[in-house]
Amino acid sequence: MSRRARPAGRGRDVVKSIVSLAVVLVLFVVPFAFIVVTALKSRSESAELRFTWPSELHLIDNLVTVLETRQYMLVRAFINSTVLTVATVVVVVVLAAMLGYVLARRHPSRVRSAISAIILAGLIVPAAIVPTVWLLQAIGLYRTIPGLTLVLVAYGLPFCTVLYRAFVSTIPRELDEAAMIDGAGPARLFFSVIFPLLRSITITVVIIQSVSVFNDFLHPLYYLPGNENVTVQLTLYNFQSQFNTQWNLLFMNILLITVPPLVMFILFSRRIVSGMTSGALK
Amino acid sequence: MVRIRHQYSYWFAAPGIALYLFFFVVPSLTSFFFSLTRWSLTEWTFIGLDNFRAFLDEPFLSKAIANTFVYALATMVPKVLIGLPLAAFLVSGFRAAGFVRSVIFFPTLVSTVGIGITFRVLMNPTYGLIDQALGAVGIRGPEWLSDPDLALLSVAAVDVWSGIGIATLIFVSGVVSIPQQYFEAATVDGAGALRRFFAITVPLTRPATATVVILALIGGLRAFDLIWVMTGGGPGFASDVLGSVIFKQYTAGFYGLSTAGNVIMFVIVAAIAYPVSRLLTRREVDL
Repeated sequence: MSRRARPAGRGRDVVKSIVSLAVVLVLFVVPFAFIVVTALKSRSESAELRFTWPSELHLIDNLVTVLETRQYMLVRAFINSTVLTVATVVVVVVLAAMLGYVLARRHPSRVRSAISAIILAGLIVPAAIVPTVWLLQAIGLYRTIPGLTLVLVAYGLPFCTVLYRAFVSTIPRELDEAAMIDGAGPARLFFSVIFPLLRSITITVVIIQSVSVFNDFLHPLYYLPGNENVTVQLTLYNFQSQFNTQWNLLFMNILLITVPPLVMFILFSRRIVSGMTSGALK
Repeated sequence: MVRIRHQYSYWFAAPGIALYLFFFVVPSLTSFFFSLTRWSLTEWTFIGLDNFRAFLDEPFLSKAIANTFVYALATMVPKVLIGLPLAAFLVSGFRAAGFVRSVIFFPTLVSTVGIGITFRVLMNPTYGLIDQALGAVGIRGPEWLSDPDLALLSVAAVDVWSGIGIATLIFVSGVVSIPQQYFEAATVDGAGALRRFFAITVPLTRPATATVVILALIGGLRAFDLIWVMTGGGPGFASDVLGSVIFKQYTAGFYGLSTAGNVIMFVIVAAIAYPVSRLLTRREVDL
């Protein structure tokens, strides 16, 4: 993507590289390095909050202590967050793909533009939180993972539908017609012809949604209060008071819950990047 | 009975629409009603506009509204002013550009809670790395998060730090879509790098600018989690925004007042996002 066509002298290239690396190192790498070195320190050494390499590594004991805290609460939180993320992403992908497909294929009509307008509003308008709590209580899903899943699906649908809709409109209609002539019904047409063709956008949606659900703090805070169904972000938030003087453990916690998004990033960085921009620019 | 089966039946879209209507649209619509009540989640008393009056009359609530605007601007403006030149710099082509872009983007993937806690430590006036580094060059660093005049802006700075990656990315895709010939022609005509940036890059990345402005404004107006983790709205109410007031009133059991805050945020976001998006996307710029 980057263009090197313009003639830039070799010397200039080196200067630009060195200067930008230095700036980025100070502004962006140091904070992350700080998280890592603090997570590896002993309790007393971490209390100094200094940016130094630990005198001895406490990787394993810090890790074990964080995991054991409050009867393995972080482990339970990891399971909860994983279940929540997988369930939300699967449901969002299927529903948004179907919705985007219908919106892309239907001819313009009043019904279609009404649906589009309502969905697009969801990209802008902030969710009404307390009435949602009230609603979840009324149907008995407050403080439950299924309840939060359904809410997060609803919040994720607008963005994903927009992506799917744009992508479906690049698939030629002739394909639909060919499948229909071969006798495929609507469901068959979608699930065995169209949906497999959406693979690349589906991967993008899966990555963006899973990172955002896994990192979500606001909605678990409102819809999953208490220690029963805690998620990893809530755990980190709740451990703050307990680990008040144990910065090594707090930063080990941060480090641990950053691993899944980090792995995603390393495996799919190009896709994350293209997906975010295509979604943003429509 | 003749049954016309539509190939692209709305029944296919129905599950998604139903879920969205039930969990997003219904709460949004009922919030207009509940904002007019004193509400215990099980019972409500209609009190008219009292909740909204409270927002306007009580200094700490109306301050939260003002802070929300300050925060939105304080996060949006730097994202544009840093993001666009940075994007132009990154696509100008040098060996480390790809790496630099990835590193800048990385904070996007770290949770807000993690970022908030980390920067609370880094911004500590006595032990924090930032003030220690400033002290090393002879500058007495401020009390980033405990100075009432500075707390909100400190959080905004962290917000810019973590969001600049996406803004830059959007600008990069805008800059690379400009035909290379424009730059070449300008260079032939003797335009320097600065001139090319202002005469070509800035006007022709207008759609990208529009996207960044709108996303940053909406995000800034809805901000909650970073502020909550870093300052809890304090010191005092100095860094309270609508998002944190909504949460505070909710935990205090003032459900009607909390919902009124939500409605105010709804109105502000809609009233700003809609005209801004119209204004910014109105005309394409030609050379």
